[in-house]
Amino acid sequence: MIIKTILKKIKSAFTDLLPIILVIAFFQIIVLKQALPQMGEVLFGGLLVVTGLALFVQGLEMGLFPIGESMAHALAKKGSIFWLLCFAFALGFSTTVAEPALIAVAWEAAEIASQGGLIDANSESLKKYAFGLRMSVAFSVGLAILIGVLRILRGWPIHYLIISGYVVVMLMTFIAPKEIIGIAYDAGGVTTSTITVPLVAALGVGLASSIRGRSPLVDGFGLIAFASLLPMIFVMGYGLIIF
Amino acid sequence: MEFIYELSKILIATCRDVLPIIILIVGFQLLVLRQPIPHLRRLIVGGVYVVIGLALFLAGLEKALFPLGNIMASQLSDPVFIYGAEEVVTQADWKAYGWVYLFAAMIGFATTIAEPSLIAVAFKANEVSAGTIKQWGLRITVAIGVAFGISLGTFRIVTGTPLYLYILVGYMIVIVQTIFAPKNIIALAYDSGGVTTSTVTVPLVAALGLGLSSSVPGRNPALDGFGLIAFASLFPIITVMGYAQLMQWYNQRKKNHGEKNAI
Repeated sequence: MIIKTILKKIKSAFTDLLPIILVIAFFQIIVLKQALPQMGEVLFGGLLVVTGLALFVQGLEMGLFPIGESMAHALAKKGSIFWLLCFAFALGFSTTVAEPALIAVAWEAAEIASQGGLIDANSESLKKYAFGLRMSVAFSVGLAILIGVLRILRGWPIHYLIISGYVVVMLMTFIAPKEIIGIAYDAGGVTTSTITVPLVAALGVGLASSIRGRSPLVDGFGLIAFASLLPMIFVMGYGLIIF
Repeated sequence: MEFIYELSKILIATCRDVLPIIILIVGFQLLVLRQPIPHLRRLIVGGVYVVIGLALFLAGLEKALFPLGNIMASQLSDPVFIYGAEEVVTQADWKAYGWVYLFAAMIGFATTIAEPSLIAVAFKANEVSAGTIKQWGLRITVAIGVAFGISLGTFRIVTGTPLYLYILVGYMIVIVQTIFAPKNIIALAYDSGGVTTSTVTVPLVAALGLGLSSSVPGRNPALDGFGLIAFASLFPIITVMGYAQLMQWYNQRKKNHGEKNAI
């Protein structure tokens, strides 16, 4: 019984990875006309990826989804909007501030800014710049989850909020320094990590299903959208204030 | 031996990622909610699976996929491969980069299918919609969006056209679609923009962007290398809403057709 479930999980993980294998094989053999370098290493790595993905999906169903939903239910039942919003902000902020992808992007942004002569090229000001950028992104993600949760509570239609966000992004694009725009746009994408996304999705859906009059599909989703929109605005804003 | 060292390093990094979440949840349970967590053992086992699974996944990617992807991206964008060995190129010809666009599209599609966050969101969407949103349907639609986005993004790097123009046009399309799309898909469509770009896609796509912008004549990696991730998170919104609109139109037509036949 257990073996059967494990085999099923591994099989579906393998299906998930099949497109990557096909693409790489196609380009190596047909376009670049080369054998795969370090065949053994690649096979071993592939095995790890399949096992890892199968375990991750299993853990998702057992751990991350239930905890996200039960927290949402418990907080909704408690009826304190203050604590719910606190939880939302803390979840967004704490999972983003230490995100390795963000640290890397912030550091890169600092280097670009110093090359462009926008800040001094010594390590002190680079560090300060990167740290400030990281903090403003983490703060913006916290705020985004908070706004998203407030939206679920109040039942505001998501498109007004997102579209006004887009308008702000467009306007800021025209006044923000050119060097920061590419990074700002990318910052929206890198903030939502693999562990945060399932937890936030479960939080939204759990919340929407425990409040009367909210549909989990219409109201439960959308938290991640806020979390990828607001950082763009904040990073461009940070660029404007610093320079 | 070296591998075990690497794996434990990744494991520690993953634990560090999870730590703030654990502190937050335990803190809220103890201080605010003041009640025991239901099914605690199962949750802990699930959490351990997530951490170990993610660590293995990342270790495997670093061992197999990332080096390979980086080598391929640099080989495909190498001027010698694109223009032949003799020619000296000073001006990029966008028509010569056909293989790069195709590679960008296919690798974007393939990595999105393997993206764990998207698997999670598709699972939830399927559960919440009582099966009307198919997991694979959503994932493939999103992957097509990413494929198109990244392909267009590489075209932008080759031609050196400004990033914001594309993004602004993309936003316009999203706004117009929002007006016409079925209401219950909108939130999910917006979300699918953010989830596509994480563990698998971002490193590969960033490498492609930086490699391409440093090998295409006349491009500056600092200015042109970024932006692919923005493309990859914008276009899935368009394809998911587009797919929903298409299905709505199709169902409407079938219904109208049926009524006509009945008369």
